[in-house]
Amino acid sequence: MKPLIEFKHVSFRYDENGPWVLKDVSFTIDERESVAIIGHNGSGKSTIAKLMNGLLFPQEGEIWINDQRLTESSIWDIRRNVGMVFQNPDNQFVGATVQDDVAFGMENRGVARTVMQERIKSSLKAVNMEKYLLTEPHRLSGGQKQRVAIAGVIAISPKVLILDEATVMLDPRGRKEIMETISRLITEEQLSLVTITHDLQEVTQTDRVIVLNQGEVWMIDQPQAILRNGNKLRDIGLDVPFITTLSNQLAQRGISLQKEPFTTEEMLEELWTLHSKT
Amino acid sequence: MLNSMIIGQYVPGDSFIHKLDPRTKIIVIFFYVIVVFFANNALSYGLLTLFVLLAVAITRIPLRFIIKGLTPIWFLIFFTFLLHLFLTKEGPIVVDWWVFTFHKGGIIQGLIISLRFLLLILMTSLLTLTTTPIEITDAIEALLHPLNKVKFPVHELALMMSISLRFIPTLMQETDKISKAQASRGVDFRTGKFKERLKAIIPLLVPLFVSAFKRAEELAMAMEARGYQGGEGRTKLRELTYVTRDIVMFVIFIIMVIGLFFLRN
Amino acid sequence: MDITFKNVSYTYQPNSPFEHQALKDISLHIPSGSFVAIIGHTGSGKSTLIQHLNGIIRPTEGEITIGPYTLSPDKKLKEMKELRSHVGVVFQYPEHQLFEETVEKDIAFGPENFAVPEEVIQSRVKEVITQVGLSEAMLARSPFELSGGQMRRVAIAGVLAINPEIYVLDEPTAGLDPRGQQEIMDMFYTLHHEAENQTTILITHSMEDALQYADYIIILNEGEKYMEGRPEEIFAQEEVIKQVDLELPESIRFIKAFNKRFNTSYPLIKQSSEQIANLITETLEQAK
Repeated sequence: MKPLIEFKHVSFRYDENGPWVLKDVSFTIDERESVAIIGHNGSGKSTIAKLMNGLLFPQEGEIWINDQRLTESSIWDIRRNVGMVFQNPDNQFVGATVQDDVAFGMENRGVARTVMQERIKSSLKAVNMEKYLLTEPHRLSGGQKQRVAIAGVIAISPKVLILDEATVMLDPRGRKEIMETISRLITEEQLSLVTITHDLQEVTQTDRVIVLNQGEVWMIDQPQAILRNGNKLRDIGLDVPFITTLSNQLAQRGISLQKEPFTTEEMLEELWTLHSKT
Repeated sequence: MLNSMIIGQYVPGDSFIHKLDPRTKIIVIFFYVIVVFFANNALSYGLLTLFVLLAVAITRIPLRFIIKGLTPIWFLIFFTFLLHLFLTKEGPIVVDWWVFTFHKGGIIQGLIISLRFLLLILMTSLLTLTTTPIEITDAIEALLHPLNKVKFPVHELALMMSISLRFIPTLMQETDKISKAQASRGVDFRTGKFKERLKAIIPLLVPLFVSAFKRAEELAMAMEARGYQGGEGRTKLRELTYVTRDIVMFVIFIIMVIGLFFLRN
Repeated sequence: MDITFKNVSYTYQPNSPFEHQALKDISLHIPSGSFVAIIGHTGSGKSTLIQHLNGIIRPTEGEITIGPYTLSPDKKLKEMKELRSHVGVVFQYPEHQLFEETVEKDIAFGPENFAVPEEVIQSRVKEVITQVGLSEAMLARSPFELSGGQMRRVAIAGVLAINPEIYVLDEPTAGLDPRGQQEIMDMFYTLHHEAENQTTILITHSMEDALQYADYIIILNEGEKYMEGRPEEIFAQEEVIKQVDLELPESIRFIKAFNKRFNTSYPLIKQSSEQIANLITETLEQAK
């Protein structure tokens, strides 16, 4: 796979005498790969998102996106390939109605009106919001607003979709809607996905996970391998899924499972195998 | 409290008036406001009133709702009437009792001015009742378009207006939320001396400003991330076109204006 | 203070095109000293319900009694301020209500409004700042230069300083990271159990939190009371819960599935992962 996003020894701080928010961060994200970036609040994970499309610039190191180095002069090209959905559903909804908001990104890029109308329809359909074309934002739920934001990103057909804690402010129903929409879209639209989160439910659905702690990369690996760290994750302020905790507890009691389970069903399967053997 | 005020509130619908081009509505209302001042007898006022009432009927917004929504305006209208009643000393005396002496001229003048006022308010609130704020913005942008030639920032102005409009409900909700939170901490917004009530506003205003700034900052960032670099090279989704409906409206309005000039003295 | 709702309904903007009934004929009783979780999706009427608890809004129908105070549609409560000094509400994202120059002044704002004597306020401020896990050194700082998580704690301290008998918590941990969530909830749980007869009402989306902390659960759906009962009673009715798009807590789901697979009958109650691991070990041992 071709690398899409590359961070090379990136360090960042908000002001010259301030503390480093990111310290010597390096990683690569491939085309069509989905990657979760997790870490406690203040670990620097949202800063990474803002560096990816030039909303911030690193003091040290280089960022490459789609074989182009991110600089002041390349940001507008790069932003064509990087779509971003932020945390607060209200503070990124620019349009007066759903269709205006989806159109905003296309208007900025000078897309012709007839093309726009078509893409508004198709991208709203992709997020199941086609019935809300003319609805005003204050009549939408948080989850619906986030889906509109996603439609706005899809409409400009970028290469990567970045979710900067996009589900944090939603209720479980809204979160579910978003997660389902995303997992369908990344296959349909052949997108890379970078999701910044502390929701472990989201993490288990990605290809790789980058764990940050105090501005440094703590670990990069597949979700299974990350979750195997159990209590160490808890020490850096992250939550561990119930099933993982349970399997760690069982291991302490001398019950070792053959394959690390992630769901109740997998866990029961493993236990049943053990049970039948005896 | 704010909820019962109808000024500036849009009531969704699909009536003839709702569907008119917003420019048509603004132009018609603009000229209506002018011709109101040409009416000078019962018949001409009757025609103007009929026009407004018909328009209201077509919108299918309950009249009761409109009248209730004008509550703060009623007071103003009544006050205007009283002023004329007491101050205009023209024509024969109609009432002369204790300290009250009302002249016929005063009563008529009072009624006319109040009616005129009411017609203006009704007509302009019809615009906001049947037109979404964004349509009004579009119409203003379109009507101001010629000013682009003299380097007037029409696009920026329209964008600013539409974003402000977009955030009004959000900020209203926010105000409501913060005032409830502070009321729970014992702030009393409703009773107490004027000075105390003035002081009670600070715990409301400071958080509102803080959050508005935060929103503005995040919004600017989101807009930048979505590729906004100013008006140049931008296309527009919203486009206004006059259709038959609008021509019909203009024709009806012109007929009414002609009728008005026939009927006036 | 007991809380009783008698056939309470609430309608927003009655007699207008925007009329919307948010609560429909709700009756419930919350005895003093209980820890109640109110669960429901956005739009279920949770937020409207809690605003009745300290008289921010009055019911449009029915009657509410909170201790000696009565809220009814047509009569304004004279002792409103008194009621509010007994009911502390932590709203969603409470950090948005901070406004003072220093953390200390902001925490003292509530008790000052309720005319608590100055020296009592002084000692309460010091007490609550440590309770929420911040240091006394923070008191002199501006609340606006703190991190989001710290601001949340300061706002919560501001409610604790009122020293109410009833706590109403509207998703107090929304948006915090897992560690922050755990710390805040544990703090409220300890507070609840240390104080005599304190009532805590937790509004939440999380069945996990309801299981972890509450001794009674009320589920709202579209403005109506959908279900109520002790956690084990609620969680025994998985099908009924699923109909309103809610799910069992993970540990309960696991015990249930385990019972089915291994033909055991462990109760569907709150248990730590250690306890559950012990149950599993036990079952596997027996099989040998």
